[in-house]
Amino acid sequence: MNKINRRDFIRLAVGTTLAGGTLGFPGLLLAASPKVVVVGGGVGGCTAAKYLRKLDPRIEVTLIETKNAYTSCFMSNEVLSGDRTLASITFDYEGLKRHGVKIVIDRVSAIDPVNRQVATEGGERFGYDACVVSPGVDFKWEAIEGYDVEVAEEIPHAWFAGPQTSLLRRQIESMPEGGTVAIVAPPDPFKCPPGPYERASQIAMYCKHHKPRAKILILDPKEAFSKQGLFRQGWTQLYGFGTDNSMIEWIGGAGGGKVESLDPSTRTLQAEVEAFKADVINIIPPQKAGKVAFTSDLVDGDWCPVNKMTFESSRHPNVYVLGDASNAAKMPKSAYAANTQAKVAAAAIIARFNGQDPGDPTFTNTCYSILGEEHGISVAAVYALDKGTNTIEPVKESGGLSPMDASPAQRKREVTYAHSWFQNLISDMMG
Amino acid sequence: MGAENMNRNETMSKKVRNLLLAMLVQVPAVVLADPTGQALAFTCAGCHGTDGSSVGPSSPSIAAMDPEVFIDAMQAYKRDERNSTIMNRIAKGYRDEQIKGMAWYFAKQKMAPAPQAFDPKLAEAGAKLHEKYCEKCHEKGGRPGDAGTLAGQWMPYLNFTMEDFMSGHRDYPRKMKRKVDAAVEAGGDEALRALLHYYASKQ
Repeated sequence: MNKINRRDFIRLAVGTTLAGGTLGFPGLLLAASPKVVVVGGGVGGCTAAKYLRKLDPRIEVTLIETKNAYTSCFMSNEVLSGDRTLASITFDYEGLKRHGVKIVIDRVSAIDPVNRQVATEGGERFGYDACVVSPGVDFKWEAIEGYDVEVAEEIPHAWFAGPQTSLLRRQIESMPEGGTVAIVAPPDPFKCPPGPYERASQIAMYCKHHKPRAKILILDPKEAFSKQGLFRQGWTQLYGFGTDNSMIEWIGGAGGGKVESLDPSTRTLQAEVEAFKADVINIIPPQKAGKVAFTSDLVDGDWCPVNKMTFESSRHPNVYVLGDASNAAKMPKSAYAANTQAKVAAAAIIARFNGQDPGDPTFTNTCYSILGEEHGISVAAVYALDKGTNTIEPVKESGGLSPMDASPAQRKREVTYAHSWFQNLISDMMG
Repeated sequence: MGAENMNRNETMSKKVRNLLLAMLVQVPAVVLADPTGQALAFTCAGCHGTDGSSVGPSSPSIAAMDPEVFIDAMQAYKRDERNSTIMNRIAKGYRDEQIKGMAWYFAKQKMAPAPQAFDPKLAEAGAKLHEKYCEKCHEKGGRPGDAGTLAGQWMPYLNFTMEDFMSGHRDYPRKMKRKVDAAVEAGGDEALRALLHYYASKQ
């Protein structure tokens, strides 16, 4: 990868196909141990790696990830309230190694779908029979004037859990007693749709005890958001929402909530109608598929189109794109969604290796938000594929939100089920 | 008929019943596209653990469950007849034959008992209560069987379940109520806690 840049790499590779490559898989049927390379060690990548080995231990699985430990974004808002430590949401890859997955710490520069190779910045190449790509999201840094990678060292996004989460936590802890935290929410689609609103709740949970006069302001370009009714009800019960003394305030698109620029020196956000100054600012920028999806020619617009029967890329064969980076409409970009997509892809890859048709896919999403120590809410959905439209549709009459006006006992149970969801999801993907 | 014969007969009839249930699953669903039981069961893992052994702290393990108990539970959730936070919403997403497919997948899995703290003294008292009042239905110390799994199940979950039975939020079988009442009369206020600690001790 030294002499040619990434784009050339792809161009050369694609050129080769057009020049006369034929794509076929009969060779795979004979291979004693087919090779799968997994790009990205998040929920989608880890789950796919584990389940490929679980379903067929003959498969050689190599997972390439830039960091040597995984820090989960789900439950990272709980670090902001002090309810959890960052260490409690950080996990090594030893569990996957025990399943026989080879872990490589390196950064993938591009995938060559023709020669079926993954190239890394470390200068290595990994051949594959099938490649799983689960790079998560990247930010559209250009969207908010004045906000960039460097400014983010001072004004965190905290949308990838890790040092950014700790930074935001420290800023909230050291802000003055009656201070204001401004959260800039992103436009749809973005990963973890209830995330910004759970974040506001968790910050309020901390402030209620330690800075009772603090304000949390959510500036949102959208007119509505995930679990909105339940959030508003919970905020009303816990944080005085809707009163003059409300700890949380939400300004939606119609109210001028779209933020256009940031002046980091004065910590001022310029929104459509007015400017807001805050002691702590958290900007969650608009999103698109992770970088490797772009360098590997897997995107159409911001996201990666896939055949939802298998999650194989619509742009290149033998490459499967999972999780947040894929266009998996109508599934949300969530950890649970990526986990069930990975199992569909793993089974489809194995079916292909065996010369069989893939089975019918099935998907689930379950997502919890914790609004207060004893106040949990959830959304659930069971999905089936509409093959005619290549759309993943929720099964009629199923799924939906926690009921409004549920008893305090039920809300409390949902907190402990949220913790179970977290632990089981982590264990299922990498334990 | 001696006790041994009776046991054998029960085992036989159970085998026949299981065979019938298994055959029902294998009848192909006419034209509806259908994921396999395994594919459906895989989607449960994010809350109930890989292959149904939950790592806690409160969502229950469903591995090794008797298929009939599994089907009854899912159907009760589907009809909103059993108190739940989320399972009623999820159960409604599956057709009867899909539920059977999942039931059979989980029936074949081994349950890894939950590693959890318990009070040995309470567990000892619970063991005695269990033997006298519960063992007849929840056989082998409450291991997975014809009645719900108790041994090695997560304690908070069993606690929620008992709260639901006793507060009228879950259909409370008359026989069970009689036995629980008797256990509480014999063991006092600590009786239920003792039972839960006994089940937690089965690791």
